[in-house]
Order: sequence, then C-alpha cells, then structure tokens
Amino acid sequence: MTQVLRKSTLLQGNEACADAAILAGCRYFAGYPITPATEIAERMASRMPEVGGVFIQMEDEIASITSVIGASWAGAKAMTATSGPGFSLMQEGIGLAVMTETPCVVVDVQRLGPCQGFATYPMQGDVMQARWGSHGDSRSNIVLAPASPQEIFDLTIEAFNLAERLRTPVIVLSDEIVAHMRERVIIPRIEELSLESRKEAVAPNSEFKFHKVSGSEISPMPRLGSGNRLNIVGHLRTEEGRVSMPSQNVPQVAFKLLSHLADKITTAEWEARKIKTLFAEDSRTMLISYGSTSRTVESAVKEARRAGMKVGCARLVTLWPFPEDQLQALLKDVDHVIVVEMNLGQIVDKVREVVGPGGRVTHVPKIGDLHATEELLGCIKKVAR
Amino acid sequence: MSHPLMKYLREDWMPTLLCPGCGDGTVLQCLLRAIDNKKIDIDRVSIVAGIGCHARLGTGYVAADSMWTLHGRAFPIATGIKLVDPSLQVVVLTGDGDCGSIGLSHFVHAARRNIGMLALCFNNSIYGMTGGQVAPTTPRGTITKTTPYGNLEYPMDLCSLAQTAGASYVARWTTAHPRQLTMSIEKALGKNGFSFVEAVTQCPTYFGKYTLQSTKASDILRWFLRNSVSIQQSKKLNPEQLAGKIVIGEFVDVTKLELAEQYQLQLKKKDGNWK
Repeated sequence: MTQVLRKSTLLQGNEACADAAILAGCRYFAGYPITPATEIAERMASRMPEVGGVFIQMEDEIASITSVIGASWAGAKAMTATSGPGFSLMQEGIGLAVMTETPCVVVDVQRLGPCQGFATYPMQGDVMQARWGSHGDSRSNIVLAPASPQEIFDLTIEAFNLAERLRTPVIVLSDEIVAHMRERVIIPRIEELSLESRKEAVAPNSEFKFHKVSGSEISPMPRLGSGNRLNIVGHLRTEEGRVSMPSQNVPQVAFKLLSHLADKITTAEWEARKIKTLFAEDSRTMLISYGSTSRTVESAVKEARRAGMKVGCARLVTLWPFPEDQLQALLKDVDHVIVVEMNLGQIVDKVREVVGPGGRVTHVPKIGDLHATEELLGCIKKVAR
Repeated sequence: MSHPLMKYLREDWMPTLLCPGCGDGTVLQCLLRAIDNKKIDIDRVSIVAGIGCHARLGTGYVAADSMWTLHGRAFPIATGIKLVDPSLQVVVLTGDGDCGSIGLSHFVHAARRNIGMLALCFNNSIYGMTGGQVAPTTPRGTITKTTPYGNLEYPMDLCSLAQTAGASYVARWTTAHPRQLTMSIEKALGKNGFSFVEAVTQCPTYFGKYTLQSTKASDILRWFLRNSVSIQQSKKLNPEQLAGKIVIGEFVDVTKLELAEQYQLQLKKKDGNWK
C-alpha cells in the first residue's frame, strides 16, 4: 500500500527504482527480462497489484516500450526498464514517444557492451545512445544519471514529474553497479513529495487542439476515450496537430515541429538539470564524472585534499540536455579537467567543447569496473603537480 | 444527401490519398457499418494502426480516437491501451506486411494472450505503400519489384496462424464478400477476446498489374470470387487443388477468458491466485 510514514530502509538500486515509480504514481509497467535490470520488473510484478496498477511481461523490448506508449495515452503514468541490448531495440518506440509527445519513463541499467557484451559487468556505454539513439534528429529525451540507490529513488520520481510536465520520454541512465548495490534509502511520505499530474482537461469534441505545435508550449493531453477524437500520429503534423499533407510546405512544417520538440525541453525551467560538486570553490583541478563512476572519484578527491592538493569534483546528475552553462561557469578558473567515465570516451567530447580549445582535458577511460581510488590519485598527481 | 456513414469520417480530409480502385475503402466501410449496426459508442473506440495503405486510411480520415504509429507495433500499443482501460473498444488495423512480417511476433502474442481487441487485417498480398514489393502473403511465382524473376517463397496463412496462436475468433473474407465481412466484423466486435478478421483486398495498382495484368478493380474482384472456396469446400480439395485458392469463412469462434478482464479479477482477489 501507499507509504504513510517516512522510513529508512536497505534497498537495492533496482528495488528503489520500482518503489519510487509506484510512489510517483506509475500504474503501468511493461518489460522483458534482461540482466541487470530484471529486478525492477520482478518488483513491479509483485507490487503493481497492491496499488491496482498493471504489470505485463511483453514479448520483447519493442513491445514493452510501445505498450507503455499505449498505456500512457489511455491515461496511466507508465514505465519500462531494460539494459543495453533492450535499450537498442527500444529506440524505435522512444522516437514515437518523442514525436507523439507521450510522457513515459525508460530505465536503462547499462551493462558491458557492445552486443551481448557481458551481462553482469557494468559500463557507461549508452550515454550517447540515450540522447541520440532514435533516428531523425530526435533530441527531446531527458537523461538522468543516478549514483546511488537513494538517487535512483529520487531521480525516478523526478523522471515521472519531468515526463508528465514536458510530455516527453525521460531516461534514467542507471548502471549495473548502482542498480545492484544495496544502501540505505530514505523513503519520504507521499505528502512530502510534489508530484506532477497530467493536464488532461480539454472540453470534449475540441478536435485537434490538443496537439498544437507552438513554440515551447506544452499542450494538455486528454486520454483516449474522452470524446476528443484524437488523431495521434508518428507522422509529421502541422501546427494545428493535423497530419501534414504533401501539398503543404513540408520543410517549413517540419522545422516548426522539430523546433517545438527541442525547445520545450531546453527552455523549460526544471530543477533536475544540475551538477553536484565537491570542493569546487578553490579547485585548480576538477574531476568530471557521472553515475557510479563518481563514487571512487569522490574518495580520490577527498584523499587528494587531505594531501593538500586543490582538487575538486563535479558530478553530472543531468546528462542530457547537457548542462553546458553550469559546467562552463564551474570550469572557468580551472587549470585542468579530468573526465572519468566507464567507457572509451563519450561525455569527454562534450566537456572538451565546453572547455574550449587550449583547455587541458585528460580522459581516464575504464571498461567493466570502477576506477580504483589509487588509479585516480595517480592521475590527479600527474596533472596537479 | 450525405453518406450514412459520413458521421464517422472527416469529410474535410477527403479525398483520401489511396489509389483509384483500392479495396481498403470497402474494408473500412465494412468496419464502420459493423460499428454502426452494433451501436457502439464511437467515442469509446480506439483505433490503432501501424504502417501501410490501410493505416493511412483508417486513422485520421476516421473521426474517432486513432493512433497512426510504427510499422508492426499496433498490437503492443493496443495491448497497453486495453490493459489500462478495459472498457475501451480497441480496434487494431493491420496489413499483411504489418502483421505477417514486421509485426508477426506481436500479432502472435496478442492472439496468445487473448487480449480483447479486434484485429482487422487488410491483406492486399503486396507492399502497396512502398510501391509494389513482395509480401509474406504474395503468391509463389509473382513478379514484383523485389522479385523481378518471380517469388520463390511460400505465402503465409494469417488465419491459421491466428488460430494456432489462440485467437477467440478468426474469419477471412474478400472485398467481393462485403456483407459476410461486415457480419464477421460485427461478430468479432462482440467477442470478449482477441478476434482476427482478414479481409483480402484488391490492390489494382500493383497486385493487379503484376498477377492479373490488369489494373481494373473489377477484374481482381471477379478473380477473388473465382478463386474463393468455403471452408467446407476446401476440406474436399487436396493440397494441389487448394494452391492459390482463398479459403473463406469463419475458422474459429470460441469463448475463453480475456486477459484484461482476468487481470482485473486477479487484482480483486486477496490471495492473488487464480485458475
């Protein structure tokens, strides 16, 4: 049943994700078993009936994400969870969610890749796919990267709020380490949360107006069966929300729609776009990381500080849209930037772009494991001497 | 005087984008007539379609809630809708490529789950929207744009697949049998479970041109009538005699528990066990 008291409990990251989703009002979950994300589906299967929600195991990940889109239009807050191989399959559906402005949450518990890779080993390999995976310059995905079970909990709730407010898919980019880690999670009382609910209110028979494309404005979303005779299309649509016809100025219509889909995300004032920092005030060297990787970064930085080095770290909680301005302000007076990520280099290029030409950026790649504190300390010593 | 079914259509969108002589309009008319005959509240109908000529016609032009989505994915989208709101009348419009090729597993699993929806398949035995390529339902030997030396593959029987997968209701007719087709759709709409109605429809532009060397709808309709055999007749024919024939009629009409309803019942049971 719904949580009444605030409580502190030991939870696995994946369990925290499922519990947070239910607390946020998720009432539809569709998924397909995949390591290391399966525990989310298992917990949803047992907990959804407690709150009168729907759990279904679909035939594959394409079916999972597309059924989530159907469920969302039928009026439910909806979610799916997967790992890399399934996330690749879901890109088609994510594109449909972007185009039809369907709120939904997709959890990607990243694992070692490409292809099967190694199901029980971690990686931060889907950073670019999470943003650019779907075809056609689809860029409305919001991507959040949690670094602990508590943060998985908090960001899953945030993900639902953002999805509902901005009518867009939101991706929680977890990874095998945080997903399988067990830590204390503080579960707030439901009254303590501010939960976003969907704006459905439109008078019946207000044909087409629901799907207006205008600047960064977000239209209400009446549910199916509400008498509005909705025409929800993955096809290009006009400003009135009507299917665009070849006789119209298609390039112009398309430019308006694509700008609308992009602008509503970038111009929206939302709190999740944040960077968490440690010792940022006087640091000459900054380590940039996100997700599980930031855990050893933090211990390395603390140790370097104890040794008297002016080192700090910044953790990207929102990966996409990339928090360029905040990062730029943060790195303005820094001599050296060290980007730590569990891949061969994904976010590092974005950081280089922010730092600009001439800036010193070192990349510390790693595959399948966290960086050791000593390894990072060695790297810090090399650049911060 | 306006057409009696025009109330279900968006007249200001007409004419449609489809070719002259296309059979998809006949199938759509049979669907709308069945909805009208059964006095189903159109505001509680959700139409979900994938990609193909049928999808272009059946969403938008119809003034009902409709989703024009991804190739082959109408079944899982409809599944999500039905599970969240079992009171909706969910209609999946699909084609032979949409359901027999790219969406095959979704089609089979929707039938297996016996989720309450009508799946109306517009089978024109060809890929029409993309310009006349071979489909999994195209007869052997047919010359198409992607089988320029003749199709070597055996065509797929969508109705027997639906039957094997566990659909509650399965029927096949052609656009030369509009009354029977309407009756089957009416029956399918009344079923509590997964219903599959296959409408073999004429594509004069490609299928007619390739197989019958005619782009006249009437020639294909006559060909449908000549080549159609009832289920009863088909039982007397050997496989050689049956090759190239369209078996028409009602293949399955059974009553079994529907998924969304079962799920709601399970929610109500304290112990969560059900039989």
